[in-house]
Amino acid sequence: MEYKNVLTVCPYCGAGCGLYIQVLDGKIVGVLPAKEHPVSRGKLCIKGWNATAFVNHPDRLKKPLIREGDRFREASWDEALGLVADKLLQIRDTYGPQAIGFLCSAKCTNEENYLLQKLARSLFKTNNIDHCARL
Amino acid sequence: MTRKDEILEAIRAHIAEKLPELDGVIGLRRTQEGTAPYLFRQGDDLSELALEPRYPLAPIVSLLQRHYPEARFGIVARGCDIRALVEMAKRNQVNPDRLYILGVACTAEEAEECHCSEPAPAQMNQFSGKAFGEPVPGASPHPLVAEYEKIPREERWAFWQKQFAKCIKCYGCRNICPECFCEACALEDPLWVEPGVLAPPFPMFHLIRALHMATRCVLCRQCELTCPAHIPLTVLYELMRQDVKELLGYEPGADLEAAPPLSLTLAEV
Repeated sequence: MEYKNVLTVCPYCGAGCGLYIQVLDGKIVGVLPAKEHPVSRGKLCIKGWNATAFVNHPDRLKKPLIREGDRFREASWDEALGLVADKLLQIRDTYGPQAIGFLCSAKCTNEENYLLQKLARSLFKTNNIDHCARL
Repeated sequence: MTRKDEILEAIRAHIAEKLPELDGVIGLRRTQEGTAPYLFRQGDDLSELALEPRYPLAPIVSLLQRHYPEARFGIVARGCDIRALVEMAKRNQVNPDRLYILGVACTAEEAEECHCSEPAPAQMNQFSGKAFGEPVPGASPHPLVAEYEKIPREERWAFWQKQFAKCIKCYGCRNICPECFCEACALEDPLWVEPGVLAPPFPMFHLIRALHMATRCVLCRQCELTCPAHIPLTVLYELMRQDVKELLGYEPGADLEAAPPLSLTLAEV
């Protein structure tokens, strides 16, 4: 029997509100706002309150899917990433760097977003990089 | 050592004494990363027990009792937590017979800050447990209650319209409320609250909640504290409470035996 709260940062936008994930016997059972958090001071928006809803959702994707015609096929990470790399290079070589854009995410860390823009700018030579909040 | 520290030490000592016969004690734990609710078990470091900031602890009792119906839990509870437990017990959300309460009296400053009329753990005599700290008299209600009463009747609608126009529909008031536990919530029913509309159309969203709170609200103020739009929700609920007391003679949180007037039993139907 174990009940605890784990402090984390809301994954949904760049504001970075503090929230606690309530954990009972290793399973997520809810969210509480972090009252002492200097950014959000015990307040959350609807996304923060539901920040854990996707974790155990039956629709959550757990494996990469590759589209074949109008169907999706489960694939390994190696196969999926290999396909992405091949296609990106193929598009760049055929249509030029401006044909490619990258969308990073508020769900990632600053460092991960930095890496994506680095990939876009220095490897693919494009400035087409934006974030999911503007989708 | 301040008076507050002495009380905290006394509570820690009592938990240590009681833990062998309890399955755990629900309280606040302060660690390096912050303070949050926690279930203290035998062997845990009790020096981490804290008394603030206030979190609603009664719903955690409900959660744990649902998973462990045979367990006996302790809870470090303030007056508002105990009042919340009283109302939850009446609606079968907690089992008061399997609870041990370590009741904490709020200080005069805390009572003032919460505009709390009942900062003492007054209802704990209805449970087994032990009280800590010296009870202080209640503070005066939210100053806005008196101000509101001066507003002419025909302008009151506009007052609330203006307040609720600020709502970002985060559902935080409902989510944090110890008395909001319905499995199907009217506020998520498109019949009453149209999805995707901000602010939620006046007055349905807030008045449905206010009506549901009328015989339940124990004025713990958690809704107001968590509201990102600073809507003075407890002013509305305080006024509702006054009406319920006057018209139905009922005070939520006061008496474990008093039946809530808006709930019917099968026998009555």
